[in-house]
Amino acid sequence: MNKPDWIICEHCDSVYQPTPLVRGQKAFCLRCGAVLERGGHLSTQQLLALSICAAIVFCFANAFPVMSISLQGLGNEATLWQSVEALAQGRISVIAAVAGLTIILAPMLQIILLCWVLSFAVAGVAAPGFKACMRALEHLRPWSMLEVCLLGILVAIIKLGGMLDVHPGLGLWALGMLTVLIIIISGKGIRRLWHDLEGVIP
Amino acid sequence: MSLPPYARDLQLTLCHTCGQACAEDVHHCPRCNSVVHRRKPESLARTWAFLLASLIFYIPANLLPVMYTDMFGNGSENTIMSGVIEFWESGSWDIALLIFIASIAVPCLKFLVLGTLLITCQLRSRWAMRERSKLYRLIEVIGYWSMLDVLVVALIAALVQFRSLSSIEPRLGILFFGLVVVLTMLAAMSFDPRLIWDAEVEDA
Repeated sequence: MNKPDWIICEHCDSVYQPTPLVRGQKAFCLRCGAVLERGGHLSTQQLLALSICAAIVFCFANAFPVMSISLQGLGNEATLWQSVEALAQGRISVIAAVAGLTIILAPMLQIILLCWVLSFAVAGVAAPGFKACMRALEHLRPWSMLEVCLLGILVAIIKLGGMLDVHPGLGLWALGMLTVLIIIISGKGIRRLWHDLEGVIP
Repeated sequence: MSLPPYARDLQLTLCHTCGQACAEDVHHCPRCNSVVHRRKPESLARTWAFLLASLIFYIPANLLPVMYTDMFGNGSENTIMSGVIEFWESGSWDIALLIFIASIAVPCLKFLVLGTLLITCQLRSRWAMRERSKLYRLIEVIGYWSMLDVLVVALIAALVQFRSLSSIEPRLGILFFGLVVVLTMLAAMSFDPRLIWDAEVEDA
């Protein structure tokens, strides 16, 4: 009986022996119906490539305005950071911190940590601080909300569209791509590294 | 159909951070060093605390204005519900529905589901365990979409800044609403779905 190989369902504590899955297959818990594992994870190289891509797209999404408006000859545009700043007025600045965490800080940290961990993993080495990075990635996952932000921008475009001229900006396209990339790279697939690097983790 | 054994039957504990099956007597996961608990600590008490706090904040979040709009000198304040109604009356029923679902239906659903889960777990009920598990996973998935309104207000307030002509500012309500979302997320995270199944084993 090789203990570390058991899979435990996190929703009901049922224990299973892992079965190899192919791409597109999912293993469900018999007792509670939760997804235990998904087959066909991306390889380490693929994940690293996507993470680097996400880092570049992240810079675009933050450097360029996500949307701009014009009203009687006057124009104005907003980046993600300016939106967070707009909340930081007076008594409600706490919520600016929450918004900043969910749409800028958490995705940024996820990308940095993934690039760091994966660039070492490609060479078969555990990155310095590997355990701390992997734990941080687990804790960041629920707080990264780019898809909500994307929907928020679309709602804002429609909301303002009635009274002003609204134009989506370059940052919006970058944000759209970044959202897809983050969904692909930030999933639980990264946990595979614990297995791949077994023995070399200090 | 025979069901799989529980982790406790094999003297195992799940590490929540890395998914490792640890021996029952360890305090730290041998693989990732996180603290390992058999069940999330004080799960019911913490979830109740977060849930009640978010319920209290939900009142000012709905009563106080979330946004102040000044269009050509005409100032008006909007609450979450009046924003929805405005969209509905202007004919954009789809956006009205979207905001209603994200800002009102989802938080209310979370209150109801978490409340039900807490009460049934405290009563050690064995009713609909599989369905209750599914409900928990549902609120985990949809919970964070309530941040939508906070981000919409942020974007709009950042954009519409034309000094004398018109401007939009966030108001106190959005702070409470954001805190409701964060607190309900914390409540869902501190609830341990394995408590649903414990009644079956421990009272058998």
